[in-house]
Amino acid sequence: MELLYASCVGILVSCGVFLILRSRTFPVVLGLTMLSYAVNLFLFSSGRLSLNKAAVLGNSTQYADPLPQALVLTAIVIGFAMTAFVVILAIRGRADLGSDHVDGLVLDKNSDKKNDKNKKGKV
Amino acid sequence: MTLLWIPLLSLLGSIISSMTGKLTRNQSTGLTMLMPIIALLMTISLAPAVFSGEVIRQTISWIPLLGIDIAFRLDGLALLFVFMILGIGILVIFYARYYLSSKDSMPKLYSYLMLFMTAMLGIVMSNNIIQLWFFWELTSISSFLLISYWWHKAEARKGAIMALTITGGGGLALLAGLLLLGNIVGSYNLDIILASREIIQSHAWYEVTLILILLGAFTKSAQFPFHFWLPHAMAAPTPVSAYLHSATMVKAGIFLLARFYPALAGTELWFILVSLTGLTTLLFGAYIALFKHDLKGLLAYSTISHLGLITLLLGLDTQLAAVAAIFHIINHATFKASLFMATGIIDHETGTRDMRKLNGMWRFMPYTATLAMVAAAAMAGVPLLNGFLSKEMFFAETLHQQLLGSMSWLIPVLATVAGALAVAYSARFIHDVFFNGDPIDLPRQPSEPPRYMRVPIEILVALCLVVGIFPNFIVDDILKAASFAVIGGYVPEFKVALWHGFNLPLLMSAIAVTGGVLLYTQRRYLYQYHASLPSFDAKKAFDSTIYVVTKWCQRKICAIENGSLQRYLILMFVVVLFFAGWPLFEMNQLGGQKQLTPIDVHNAIGAALLMIGAISTVIWYRTRMISLLMISVVGLMVSVAFTRFSAPDLALTQLTVEVVNIVLLMLALFFLPQRSPKESSSIRVLRDLGISAALGIVVSSICYALITRPLESISDFFLANAKTGGGGTNVVNVILVDFRGFDTLGEICVLGIAALGISKLLVNLPLIMPSSDSEGRPWAKERYPILLASISQSLLPLALMVSFYIFLRGHNLPGGGFIAGLVTAIAFILQYIAHGSNWISERLPINYRKIIASGITIALFTGVGSWFFGRPFMTTWFDYFDIPFIGEIELASALIFDVGVYFTVVGATLMILASLGQLTANTPKEEVNI
Repeated sequence: MELLYASCVGILVSCGVFLILRSRTFPVVLGLTMLSYAVNLFLFSSGRLSLNKAAVLGNSTQYADPLPQALVLTAIVIGFAMTAFVVILAIRGRADLGSDHVDGLVLDKNSDKKNDKNKKGKV
Repeated sequence: MTLLWIPLLSLLGSIISSMTGKLTRNQSTGLTMLMPIIALLMTISLAPAVFSGEVIRQTISWIPLLGIDIAFRLDGLALLFVFMILGIGILVIFYARYYLSSKDSMPKLYSYLMLFMTAMLGIVMSNNIIQLWFFWELTSISSFLLISYWWHKAEARKGAIMALTITGGGGLALLAGLLLLGNIVGSYNLDIILASREIIQSHAWYEVTLILILLGAFTKSAQFPFHFWLPHAMAAPTPVSAYLHSATMVKAGIFLLARFYPALAGTELWFILVSLTGLTTLLFGAYIALFKHDLKGLLAYSTISHLGLITLLLGLDTQLAAVAAIFHIINHATFKASLFMATGIIDHETGTRDMRKLNGMWRFMPYTATLAMVAAAAMAGVPLLNGFLSKEMFFAETLHQQLLGSMSWLIPVLATVAGALAVAYSARFIHDVFFNGDPIDLPRQPSEPPRYMRVPIEILVALCLVVGIFPNFIVDDILKAASFAVIGGYVPEFKVALWHGFNLPLLMSAIAVTGGVLLYTQRRYLYQYHASLPSFDAKKAFDSTIYVVTKWCQRKICAIENGSLQRYLILMFVVVLFFAGWPLFEMNQLGGQKQLTPIDVHNAIGAALLMIGAISTVIWYRTRMISLLMISVVGLMVSVAFTRFSAPDLALTQLTVEVVNIVLLMLALFFLPQRSPKESSSIRVLRDLGISAALGIVVSSICYALITRPLESISDFFLANAKTGGGGTNVVNVILVDFRGFDTLGEICVLGIAALGISKLLVNLPLIMPSSDSEGRPWAKERYPILLASISQSLLPLALMVSFYIFLRGHNLPGGGFIAGLVTAIAFILQYIAHGSNWISERLPINYRKIIASGITIALFTGVGSWFFGRPFMTTWFDYFDIPFIGEIELASALIFDVGVYFTVVGATLMILASLGQLTANTPKEEVNI
């Protein structure tokens, strides 16, 4: 089980990093989201994997480690806020620069200028 | 408590004077002068104790763990400077009231002046060298503001930048030197440092430390070759020049030399460096001053020259030299401040400072002329004036030193030459301005200035005379006390007197005076000679150096920072890979001793789905919609994993966040291209695959190594105390709102800030609104499906009830403010999706910003509330109540804190989504209700 869990985290990291290294904003955002899943799972696992343990105080003697859970809970919410910020930044960037390309200053010919006929323009 | 109040009052004065914009000029001046006058009275009350040899200290513990204190100290040297800073400061404020025209902002000048005063007081009174440095930097910044006071003039801006660059650079050197000094001694406390002379001077770093500290002092005190900022700083209003260049800013460097004299002086290196720099500056300044046609230019170079003189004295290896230096500090401050003020009057009344135009002023303003002439005579060192006394002492000390071995006689000779030059430029100041024929083309008809404008000059000139005639009457106590602080212990017997009999210094003075007068009368030849010299413009050299340096930096920055996000990220990933991967190779065995749990079918299926989802996201990343769907599978499986591994709170949070996140990304996709073009080369794909695979392997190895080792956790504490101390059985929630409530407070603040940032990012967004999708199909006309609209409306109360339930039970069962907030937010988001934001804002005019603010405020005040019960910030209180019909119920202050969390989460989430969703609604900006 531990091996499986660790591989899942690894796969998420790999996919996240690969997406982050793409040159457009949207894949970067997806990569960031994926990476935050991986980080949350990793942090969570520092309390070790506990199947069928109690999360709430009661009759049980075996409890899951609450500390990483508390940390990850806020991490999830903050992670969302940060993702949201990056997404909006991407929209703003595209609106201001006319492209969602973030890999260097050289704008390639594939930038979406040529699709302009489909756009209504400024609102 | 009094010591701290001296700089504090002056800071208070800065704030008060900045608010006097609506008052009359007299009221504004009076209010501004009030604070330094009180501070001066306080200082006077402390003076007798200091004169009797006491050192007054005051320490406020700040971060005791790191040994950082706010520490003030008042000894003789500090007292002398406090007197000068406050005394001349008050006179300058009074003078500025008459100097400034009605167009200039008075509160601005006053508040900068007072800020500068605070900084200077801080420097001279600090008992901690890091604190000293802080105030040192504050003088650089506030003098920048003062010099650039007339910011509409290019020369003022350039002069200010130059002063800031030079003194700021020196400040960095000083910081390095002080840090080294603190390291050598093992303390940043000035008392300890001053008492550790042997340790410092025998240390291997002594030379470096000394040079760095001297760099700081020399740049500030405009010593050659860093002198050139000072003449350009003359672009400041004259009251500012009078303050900065007589008693304060440039004296800060001198103060530093005197302050560290007991600890750093006494070595060969000190004597050579300090005295030669001083001597060069003395001669150079005096020589250039003679050729300046601008009155303030003359005074600027004369200031440089006098600073050189004081530096030279501090660098001489005789004990009385330090006494002479301190005496000259006092005298220079008085006569130079009055000369600057007199120059200001002349400038004010005639409209020019050019000595080629200014002639025969005696006829127009005889009273001012008399004052200026007395002050200039003091500058020249004419008997019966204070300048004469300290110059005599200076000449005497140059005769006693043994600095240059057998060539030591050079120093008194050069000192006499400098004395003659000083007489010459002082003579020019007197003769060229007040006599020498008639004025030429004056912009204004000159007359005497307003009566009170002369008062500060009268006071200062009176001081010059009294000190000059009865030296022991006024300065004896302060001079002895300050010398005691500088020399550190034994002060040799000295007697300041007008008449010492016929001796060598008197002869030197006589030679200087006759030589100076001769030089002035024969100045034509000197001017011709000077004009034939190749001219060197320090400003141009400075500008071009700065230009070259910034260009070079810009090129280097551009080479590293080429605008490619991916490039920066790769650099970061590679660094992480190296530092995280390296220790793995040094480990003997990856797996730990913990017994592994077997894999069951459910887990295997879940893991498989998660991996497939992740990999599919990557495979279809160019078709953005599909990859978004795929990543939602991953998010779902993550929340399933949390459920599986006994973390219901996390599962709930992940699930709700996932919904919000996917809705947000979907909405964002509307504004972004639907597809990513294919543009990575095969090589690049290979490289990225390599990096991401390596990183994945490293992370999963670390994860495996971590979870196969036995757990040693501090969680037992939380498990044991959650019920008894926090009053809840849901330990995760108790940690969030109670044990680590302060962290949570910070986190909801971050959430609020992110939401506010987003709403600001969307202001005036030039939006590209696609009317069709990427394949050219127009969007559906029917924007809001009827079925969804009717269902969602009836769902809303139910959803709100569920969220209320989740919120209430949060302390004891999975739930709480975060999750309840997200559930509420989702319920509203569904309304937005079903009806559009216009429909919502008509029916539900909510300002989300206010919700966020009230959430954070509630949380904060719950924490503050415990103060009223004499407990530390955020102490929880709880008790059980028996309420009829409902039964026993527990009420805890943590619940109120959780309400704050709830509101912040609702507000932030809705603000993010609603701001973005609003953009699709095509409404004019006024109706936006976020």
